[in-house]
Amino acid sequence: MKEGHTKDHAALADDFNQDEPRVNWHDETLWFIREKRDRAAFAIPDWEMLRETASQIKFHTLSNLSQYLEQFEANAKANGITVHWAADAEEHNQIVHSILTKNGVTQMVKSKSMLTEECHLNDYLEQNGIEVIDSDLGERIVQLAKEPPSHIVLPCIHLKKEEIGDIFHQHLGTEAGMSNPQVLTETARQHLRETFLTRKAALTGVNFAIAETGEFVVCTNEGNADMGAHLADVHVASMGIEKLIPKREHLGVFLRLLTRSATGQPITTYSSHFKKPRPGHDIHIVLVDNGRSVQLGREDFRNSLKCIRCGACMNTCPVYRRSGGHSYQSAVAGPIGSILAPNLDMKKHADLPFASTLCGSCSNVCPVKIDIHNQLYKWRQVIVKEGYADPTKTMGMKAMNMVLSSPKTFKLSGKAGRWFMKTVPFLVSNKMNPWYKQREMPQPPKESFGEWYRKNRKTNE
Amino acid sequence: MTVGLFIPCYVDQFYPNAAIATLQLLEKAGVNVVYPMRQTCCGQPMANSGFEHLTKDCNELFVQNFAEFDYIVSPSGSCVLHVKDHLHSEKHEDQAQAIRGKVYELVEFLTDVVKIEKLNARFPHKVGLHQSCHGQRGLGLAQMSELVAPAFSKPEKLLSMVQDLELITLTRKDECCGFGGTFCVAEEAVSVKMGKDRVADHLQHNAEIITGADMSCLMHMEGILRRQKSNVKVMHIAEILNAQEG
Repeated sequence: MKEGHTKDHAALADDFNQDEPRVNWHDETLWFIREKRDRAAFAIPDWEMLRETASQIKFHTLSNLSQYLEQFEANAKANGITVHWAADAEEHNQIVHSILTKNGVTQMVKSKSMLTEECHLNDYLEQNGIEVIDSDLGERIVQLAKEPPSHIVLPCIHLKKEEIGDIFHQHLGTEAGMSNPQVLTETARQHLRETFLTRKAALTGVNFAIAETGEFVVCTNEGNADMGAHLADVHVASMGIEKLIPKREHLGVFLRLLTRSATGQPITTYSSHFKKPRPGHDIHIVLVDNGRSVQLGREDFRNSLKCIRCGACMNTCPVYRRSGGHSYQSAVAGPIGSILAPNLDMKKHADLPFASTLCGSCSNVCPVKIDIHNQLYKWRQVIVKEGYADPTKTMGMKAMNMVLSSPKTFKLSGKAGRWFMKTVPFLVSNKMNPWYKQREMPQPPKESFGEWYRKNRKTNE
Repeated sequence: MTVGLFIPCYVDQFYPNAAIATLQLLEKAGVNVVYPMRQTCCGQPMANSGFEHLTKDCNELFVQNFAEFDYIVSPSGSCVLHVKDHLHSEKHEDQAQAIRGKVYELVEFLTDVVKIEKLNARFPHKVGLHQSCHGQRGLGLAQMSELVAPAFSKPEKLLSMVQDLELITLTRKDECCGFGGTFCVAEEAVSVKMGKDRVADHLQHNAEIITGADMSCLMHMEGILRRQKSNVKVMHIAEILNAQEG
């Protein structure tokens, strides 16, 4: 356990696993989406080529990021968009706040943006007396529940409809015990419609920004980004600097990959392009670094910035499905979050690269071919070297290394170990041994293979 | 052709039958096999835990033990993958690099190098195949369900040569079992849950035996099966390919 956290991933996942039927439900729900992704991907014969193309476009963009950022800035300004630069989360939040203050706005409607989660914008604005309402249905639900999203695409995938019914009963006045999705959705629709109509400022995220044209694209399934941005006088778009693509012609590659990977849909319901403000309307874009240029400088981890936030790695991850998004304690959970978060705060997120079996499924579903599982392995080496490993583990590893680097000690301890397991099994088969808690120990054989070989085959010692 | 038999530490200590079957299978295929007696571990448990820098001595030992052979063969996908990806030597880097190019997991060695077309084996049971991740996604022993690419499976090809063996199909054909090296104790709750789910998939499809090309995953599932007092057993694929049941 580490400072600033009460529990690490393993302990939180253990809590989550106390309710096994819920774990089963969570696992099956996300696996259902993984299967939908498979059907959508397999319907496109050149899927792997599409992934490779996307990966190369992103690689090229990251290799020339400063140039494309300047090009984007110049074109966006020429289109009449106000461009802001934020070095970190704090600066991003201040910029958004100052835009709202200048426009006399105390209530804002927001569409989905994981970057603002990363920056903790909602908390910041609330502390400064500004009310923020999230308009993505899933995000609105977790906002009412006072929880962070547990998934980047499906923010309230950890909640059952009955629980959502309770939240709506408490906050939106639905009947107690009502969990009919149609009724709940209609309630949310009425509630959000009122919000859209009365807010003067709307914030959206950015899925893709195009350097060539200075425009940006926001993808939603609910049309809530459009509703917010079209009805408000001021549109603020928060964007991580890695969201850039060079040309409009590249967009098709990503739009074909994004939703197929995310939810198995052929395309998002709304892929909205914002290029210039209409008369009497303002568009501000905040370009946020917040550790991204540091990650760009870490050669082993640079490719993590290719991420288009589809969440496919979470849906396929057998660990994520059985530990829940909140066990990651990071705005972006799951495998991709586990390679992004240590860059933001290595000490706080030292547990995350270890929350994986390195099975590699994440790398295979990734539409931009991020070598996620290899980066998890590499982060483990960095974290241990930087001294963030548990001291008990370090001692254990050193002891293990001593035994394993000497053939003689290995043979002796193997023999002694097997003798102990057979003669005094309670020494290993006890509650102190995490293996034994829910699993039997292997049954020690009468002889090792080495001993058998010496007896049965010529030795070559 | 002389093959150095690389038997991972835990197989040596806990699953000698898998190692014996591997040796016998290779010998039956006409391969000259030598087991270097001074071998211990490839260093994977340390490396996967973030302590790759501690594996220098293991690496040097590995190079000493195996440099002389034409091929190195092991009944464990994950150990082979570790050697392939991470074996280095300060003293003999050229030899370490050569080893990385000639180390094979047993199944891929039999299908790709020996090119076995038939086996003299009989195993009249319903068998579930666990596609261990490091073998499958790391070494490419079988097509991965995530990739849009033609299907193939090297372990299935070999199992299909075994008389009277019935291979069951699984609902999730290549999901991880949750072993993951030290993950199995560091993340005990999730590891066990993954193992239980993996085992349940096999049980639902009436497997009598769960097999695979990596004993570590099987050890984990065996621990769960035995805790559940199940009659279902685990066997390394070498034991099945080497089986001569009545």
